[in-house]
Amino acid sequence: MIEIKNVSKTFNKGTVNEKRALDNLNLTINDGDFITVIGGNGAGKSTMLNAIAGVFPVDCGKIEIDGVNVTRDPEFKRAKYIGRVFQDPMKGTAAGMQIEENLSLAYRRGKRRGLGWQIKAEEREIYKKELSRLGLGLEERLTDRVGLLSGGQRQAVTLLMATLKRPQLLLLDEHTAALDPATAATVLRLTREIVEGEKLTALMVTHNMKDAIAIGNRLIMMDRGSIIYNVSGDEKERLTVEDLLHKFEEASGTEFSNDRMILSR
Amino acid sequence: MSGLLLVTQGAISQGVLWGIMVLGVYITYKLLDIPDLTADGSFTLGGCVCTVAILSGVNPVLATIMGLFAGLLAGAVTGILHTVFEIPAILAGILTQIGLWSVNLRIMGGKSNNPLLQTESMISFVSENTGVSQSQAALIVGIILVVIVIAALYWFFGTEVGAALRATGDNADMIRALGVNINNTKLIALSLSNGLIGLSGAMVAQMQKYADINMGRGAIVIGLAAIVIGEVLMNRVKNFGFKLFSAVVGAMIYFLIRAYAIQLGLNVNDMQLISALLVAAALAIPVAMRKWREKAAYTEDDLYASEHAASSEGDKHADRDKGRA
Repeated sequence: MIEIKNVSKTFNKGTVNEKRALDNLNLTINDGDFITVIGGNGAGKSTMLNAIAGVFPVDCGKIEIDGVNVTRDPEFKRAKYIGRVFQDPMKGTAAGMQIEENLSLAYRRGKRRGLGWQIKAEEREIYKKELSRLGLGLEERLTDRVGLLSGGQRQAVTLLMATLKRPQLLLLDEHTAALDPATAATVLRLTREIVEGEKLTALMVTHNMKDAIAIGNRLIMMDRGSIIYNVSGDEKERLTVEDLLHKFEEASGTEFSNDRMILSR
Repeated sequence: MSGLLLVTQGAISQGVLWGIMVLGVYITYKLLDIPDLTADGSFTLGGCVCTVAILSGVNPVLATIMGLFAGLLAGAVTGILHTVFEIPAILAGILTQIGLWSVNLRIMGGKSNNPLLQTESMISFVSENTGVSQSQAALIVGIILVVIVIAALYWFFGTEVGAALRATGDNADMIRALGVNINNTKLIALSLSNGLIGLSGAMVAQMQKYADINMGRGAIVIGLAAIVIGEVLMNRVKNFGFKLFSAVVGAMIYFLIRAYAIQLGLNVNDMQLISALLVAAALAIPVAMRKWREKAAYTEDDLYASEHAASSEGDKHADRDKGRA
């Protein structure tokens, strides 16, 4: 279980660019929850994910993962609990290193790294098996450099890397937004297979309202650094895009004016 | 002719011993993507520490190892400035390098030159016990050291820590998200690199029989030049061990060119300019070539006219245009 209590974060404090990106954020994520996150530009979706991952220190509040207070832990220490896939397909893999090297780096997420050989022989079988799940033929290309792969392939590998060692929480930050529609659909299908198949706990930011409604068991909507709408179960099942737009206007008191979201309904 | 042979041999010995420094530069420049300017200072530091230790009666092997550790410490200083205090890597290196100038003078007791004429060194030891010349002895010791260093680096960069270090240079965001403290990996890399550079300085001082406050001037540029030469000559090698080897070969070629240029009457002091031009050219030419090719390839004509003619009957484009209208 992940618990976020009264978390706030202000960027550029004391300057003209001051912005309260997270404003008294509260969220409880139960084990096995697959939560989709929507909201306009600058609503704080990515900031929330980054705050959970520890990319920057928060100003106040508490973040607990399975009862452990990680609020003051740096990013690399929280990596033990968290798997991540970024929006930019280039960001999640090391281009100059081989596919199997990338996987072996991910296989040791959160573990102490010593002077043992970076890939043990028996690991290769695991990597082959996992790669074959992607259905991209990458299991035959273990020693190819990741830089040779397409953006979609790289994103699929990143997804595999983030879940290779079961994370307590998987953070997906618009991880299909930079891909072409067909590839995005493939990566999204893989995401569902992995998250639902292994009953992972995940937060997925998306700009696509249909996806947000169709995927997962919970949905949260953010605005100005807070969660303004939080549904789960049957109520979420019955949601429509119109409902979401209406909710947004009702909760935030402003007209929904995000081209990307309106276009993608 | 024998004169030329002697020059060649001397240059190769020099190239091999400096090659250890190039391996150090390779770690920071190629693997970590940081041009570490500590090199000029840590090279001299290795030489100073080693000569002073030998002169005060320390065993030459131990003195050489002291040179290595001195370099390691210098690298750690740069590493701490860069990681803990977030000073940009280039500036952190410059700060250490400038500071080391004073430190090196202190170590040598205020003298800018520290001769090793009457004392035993690792090289004179080999030369006396085998009967080979000083420069041959330097070559033998150098080759042994280079083989050991390349083998050790090959092993290290294949380990879990070594892989994390390479990943730090490749994609720091990724490896941090996978639980690696990149401050540690950078610190290890900078220390390791400058340790090798200090070792190289210690060996070069023993070969030339003196340490000099200016012996490391331009070391980083020599290192980059050697790496570039090695890459051009052996651009097809993929194996990491061979890549390291190519950097040492680059160092040998560099000192050969330099020795011949001096034989032809070139001033030694001009070598810095030539090294700088060589590195600048090696970095600039690929960029200039790309830009020139892009410009030269442009044409107003429809390059794919034949394909378009073939597909226009399929009405694909016509449909799309209709949709727009």
